Amino acid sequence: MISQILFIAITLAAIALFSLNLKKVIRNIRIGKAADRTDQPQKRMMTMIRVALGQSKMVVRPIPAALHFVVYIGFVIINIEVLEIMIDGIFGTHRVFGGLGNLYNFLIGSFEILALGVWVGCAIFLIRRNILKLKRLNSPELKGWPKSDANYILITEILLMTAFLLMNAADAKLQDLGAHHYITAGSFPVSQFLQNLLPASEGSLIAIERGCWWFHILGILAFLNYLPYSKHFHILFAFPNTYFSNLEPKGEFTNMQSVTNEVKAMLDPSFTPPETEAGRFGAKDVNDLSWINLMNAYTCTECGRCTSVCPANITGKLLSPRKIMMDTRDRMEEVGKNIDKTGAGFDDGKSLIDSYITREEIWACTSCNACVEACPINIDPLAIITDLRRYAVMEESQAPASINAMLGNIENNGAPWKYSPADRLNWAKEN
Amino acid sequence: MSEKLNIEVPTMAEMIARGEEPEILFWVGCAGSYDERAQKTTRDICKILHHVGIKYAVLGTEESCTGDPAKRAGNEFLFQMQAMTNIEVLNGYNIKKIVTGCPHCFNTIKNEYPGLGGNYDVIHHTQLIQDLINDGKLKAEGGESFKGKKITYHDPCYLGRANGIYEAPRKALEILDAQLVEMKRCKSNGLCCGAGGAQMFKEPEKGNKDINIERIEEALETNPNIIAAGCPFCMTMLSDGVKMKEQNQNVQVLDIAEITVRANGL
Repeated sequence: MISQILFIAITLAAIALFSLNLKKVIRNIRIGKAADRTDQPQKRMMTMIRVALGQSKMVVRPIPAALHFVVYIGFVIINIEVLEIMIDGIFGTHRVFGGLGNLYNFLIGSFEILALGVWVGCAIFLIRRNILKLKRLNSPELKGWPKSDANYILITEILLMTAFLLMNAADAKLQDLGAHHYITAGSFPVSQFLQNLLPASEGSLIAIERGCWWFHILGILAFLNYLPYSKHFHILFAFPNTYFSNLEPKGEFTNMQSVTNEVKAMLDPSFTPPETEAGRFGAKDVNDLSWINLMNAYTCTECGRCTSVCPANITGKLLSPRKIMMDTRDRMEEVGKNIDKTGAGFDDGKSLIDSYITREEIWACTSCNACVEACPINIDPLAIITDLRRYAVMEESQAPASINAMLGNIENNGAPWKYSPADRLNWAKEN
Repeated sequence: MSEKLNIEVPTMAEMIARGEEPEILFWVGCAGSYDERAQKTTRDICKILHHVGIKYAVLGTEESCTGDPAKRAGNEFLFQMQAMTNIEVLNGYNIKKIVTGCPHCFNTIKNEYPGLGGNYDVIHHTQLIQDLINDGKLKAEGGESFKGKKITYHDPCYLGRANGIYEAPRKALEILDAQLVEMKRCKSNGLCCGAGGAQMFKEPEKGNKDINIERIEEALETNPNIIAAGCPFCMTMLSDGVKMKEQNQNVQVLDIAEITVRANGL
């Protein structure tokens, strides 16, 4: 009875804490400007099913794709087990679905095989990160917390799977001993090999079984509450992020409506621009970005596929699209904390540009869209880079001198080079 | 052969004065108008249009930068000024269909002009060539033979990833009886030449290599006789890369339009 009350209390507390943190995350995303991405709901739904659920963009790299797929499927399916754990925990039952007979045996057997798959997958991921030291997983922007974060996630998953398998091994042994409460249920294709490692006495076995059961469920609840602090948030955000992703051709940059109004007024004196709230041109800080950009930042799992295909990064420039996303998230969370402390409108003297992302980074971009194409969950670092450039150019007039010269040429003679418009057709005449 | 242009290039103004209307407007672009190397491609596109008897015109001195480099550099004001001015000219001539010689112009007019009042059916010149081949109007005969030549095609970002056009330029190469080899990074995974996003007009940031060198090394790994391009900026970057690698005696960088003109002896 006490354990039931304890279980219910802990579960409710964990869910409450997560809701609270999620609310804060959504509040942070809403620091961003409005953007309408509700058109074409059917196409959006299909994109989400294909890209997030179906992981269609992962296949480009078959080895991590296969490993990730096993971990993903394992995670999703083994969570069915959580349902049983919940019911058992609340009502004090044991293997409440055991009555399903062969279906139950099949399910538990499948969970065990998947658990082994997840275990091996995560172990290989750890090896790739820490022993093989893949370049993509050891870039400068991953130093410190991001690297630890990745390892914590993988180690936690391995521990959770170990607990699940040990629990089953102890359970099966208890079933053989005919221990009270331990009904005969389940099949144990993997954990049977662990049975020999366990003690023989019923008391110790019960302690191990209970211990692993509690570890498994507490681990899951703790993991849930770790998400808001971790790059692992993608397991939830991948879905809305792909749903609200850009459906237009990648080459199409948005036309800024605020600019359209001003340009129209300039070209046509009789045009009266509609009343709109005065804002900045481009983005100096996270509140100038759109909520889509900010959701992108929470969704990023720092896999680095973007950076590994970025032509600027490949050739040693400072720009890393992954870092753009990480910086955006860090700054957004900092602004969020400022709001928590002192209310909205607090100026800490910092900004996304300069305090986090340098000018050197944004000017190294070729806008080639390789990063956007590479992201397995449709994150768009280029949109952020473009908005930062817009701020630098339109609000500050701070661009590299050669860019200013090019802009001056377009303005004065309608071409990015210093040629006379009168000579535009010379190619047809001279030869 | 591809140097001289013995045909009249009609401008919109002339055509309207004669009371005629073109089937298609050829948007030349700044590089195509002023850059010596790109001018060759421009003339070749005209030769193709002339050869198949499409009634076309150019804007000539009425054409102005689409605003693409301004937009990528972050100057939305200048972009929209350019766009609206151009749209006024295009709409004034009642233009319906446009072929461009540059993927950047193509992307801008096709994707970013509609929101500002410019709605046209826009194609890139490699798509025009593909359509002409599909319709049987354009073949690869009567000119230079590419038989046995190794050709690798470099996907321009603003044609490929930006707009999903991968097959049209390859179609023009497939009919040549040449040996097409793909680079490791091709199509949606293609590597930028280094010129996009207004990089064409500035020095690169500090790094350990220039992007066009990275790309040209990959292209040269395929041991090509010809590196095919579809963009005047890529053309500059790739040609420079070939020169830097001192391979300009062995490897030619040619636009799809130039290859088509050569294959047909136009």
